[in-house]
Amino acid sequence: MDVNEIIKPENLVYGKPRLMNDNAMHYCPGCSHGVVHKLVAEVIEDMGMEENAIGIAPVGCAVFAYNYIDIDWLEAAHGRAPAIATAVKRLNPSKMVFTYQGDGDLAAIGTAETIHACNRGENIVIIFINNGIYGMTGGQMAPTTLEGMVTSTCPYGRNVELNGYPLKISDLVAQLDGACYVTRQSVHTPAAVRKAKKALRQAFENSMNHKGASLVEIVSTCNSGWKMTPDQANKWMEQHMFEKYPLGDLKNE
Amino acid sequence: MAEEIRLMKGNEAIAHAAIRCGADGYFGYPITPQSEILETLMELKPWETTGMVVLQAESEIAAINMVYGGAGCGKAVMTSSSSPGVSLKQEGISYLAGAELPCLIINVMRGGPGLGTIQPSQADYFQTVKGGGHGDYRLITLAPASVQEMADFVGLGFELAFKYNNPAIILADGVIGQMMEKVVLPPFQKRRTEEEIRKNCPWAALGKTADRKRNVITSLELDPAVMEENNIRFQKKYKIIEKEEVRYEEINCEDADYLIVAFGSMARICQKTIEMAQEQGIKIGLLRPITLWPFPSQAIAAYTDKVKGIISVELNAGQMVEDVRLAVNGKVKVEHFGRLGGIVPTPDEVLSAIKEKLM
Repeated sequence: MDVNEIIKPENLVYGKPRLMNDNAMHYCPGCSHGVVHKLVAEVIEDMGMEENAIGIAPVGCAVFAYNYIDIDWLEAAHGRAPAIATAVKRLNPSKMVFTYQGDGDLAAIGTAETIHACNRGENIVIIFINNGIYGMTGGQMAPTTLEGMVTSTCPYGRNVELNGYPLKISDLVAQLDGACYVTRQSVHTPAAVRKAKKALRQAFENSMNHKGASLVEIVSTCNSGWKMTPDQANKWMEQHMFEKYPLGDLKNE
Repeated sequence: MAEEIRLMKGNEAIAHAAIRCGADGYFGYPITPQSEILETLMELKPWETTGMVVLQAESEIAAINMVYGGAGCGKAVMTSSSSPGVSLKQEGISYLAGAELPCLIINVMRGGPGLGTIQPSQADYFQTVKGGGHGDYRLITLAPASVQEMADFVGLGFELAFKYNNPAIILADGVIGQMMEKVVLPPFQKRRTEEEIRKNCPWAALGKTADRKRNVITSLELDPAVMEENNIRFQKKYKIIEKEEVRYEEINCEDADYLIVAFGSMARICQKTIEMAQEQGIKIGLLRPITLWPFPSQAIAAYTDKVKGIISVELNAGQMVEDVRLAVNGKVKVEHFGRLGGIVPTPDEVLSAIKEKLM
């Protein structure tokens, strides 16, 4: 059989989402961001919201998220994405508004904005990439860095006496009356990817149904920052990250 | 219908004017002496009439970033605060300037530094006209001297901000915010529709339509060559604003032997000083900058050969006086008089200072 006989529309089982453009990604090979970007693009397309989606990009590795998903974006100051999303959504209730943030952005410098946007029940989606490290700036300690985990600013491992404890911010958000859906997912296996996509879809639907704030945490790898191969990083995440950050819904109302 | 004259505080006038000017959103955080702006808006409930969004944020930082979000959608949005709160907003203001977003900021100044006092001050002049946040940027700065101007400058501020895609700021002081005067409020204007915003602000992030590329609101550019181009573009815009938008008022300046330069509440007090001086046969004029940036340098320079001395009267230790000195470039004596930390001088105190320093 000739290859051209196989490449036919009726045989197509998978395609790149139209919203993902052809810009070469700056993410490291093995990084979780690419998969999550693709899922966000797919969900927006599946919902037919291409012209109504507005993304808020963070400061961190995903600072250039706006280069890859072909929708309108606002680039936030470090940590301020939920405040920006608050205004975008309140001023444009028919739009589908989401932030895309890392652990440093969301759980350190932007803690107040995260907590208060969720507590106000803003009809937005917060996508939270938790890889336990500051990737963009070269691998420093994050609020979510595990105890004993080595980073460039805790080179002898995170010491809780010096640095405090890993912050389970999704658990905090789940306590807030304004948050309707808080879930923790991952994208390290095909099954996990499918579940993560389902969670993102529900979060986006919540925002359009005015149910309140939805936070989707994706426990992720940063193999460059962790100084591992992508495969090692996935295994390390399963062994260590999931213990502190167990997957599943924390709240679903 | 005859114009309705109302009696209210400067802060209240700002709130009424915002609704009437068709503002889309206000985001603020309480701080004395400007909390009446948020309080009045909450009492007036404009979301039930014009559809204007009013939100009490969790901090001044969140409020200015809400402004960034709204402005990024091309909406007419504003925030207000007082000195310590405006310090917190500086990061956001720099981002707004860097992303070339129009918005309106109000600072009802109180005495500093630090937590300082809740009494009036003009000590944020440097912060406002020389930078405040990081990077080379400018804020279109309007300095109201009456409750009427508090009301009028809301519309003017938005107009200038959208004309130049740049933040505008009303730099008021606690006196102007708190004092009650008669005011004629601006007429009601409709808020712009999304269609109108898409037409007039084609850069706005309102959802990508098939007929255009995606809009990205950002101040980030890692290529230094492009970032330099961006900065050059900003500077060209600032030059145009400096040429086109200088506003000032001259009172009793013809035949004046001495010139006072003063803005805001200090300009009001100095009007009384001029009257007192007249009774004593001393001819003093007042030049009141209405825009602090762009600064009326040329207008002040025109007095170089006409007056024996200039005094910059400010509620601070001497900030605007530097711009007055730059304007006259050493050709005439320029002195400063100010009270600090929330003390407002009396007209005769100012007159005594003029006699002591210039005569």
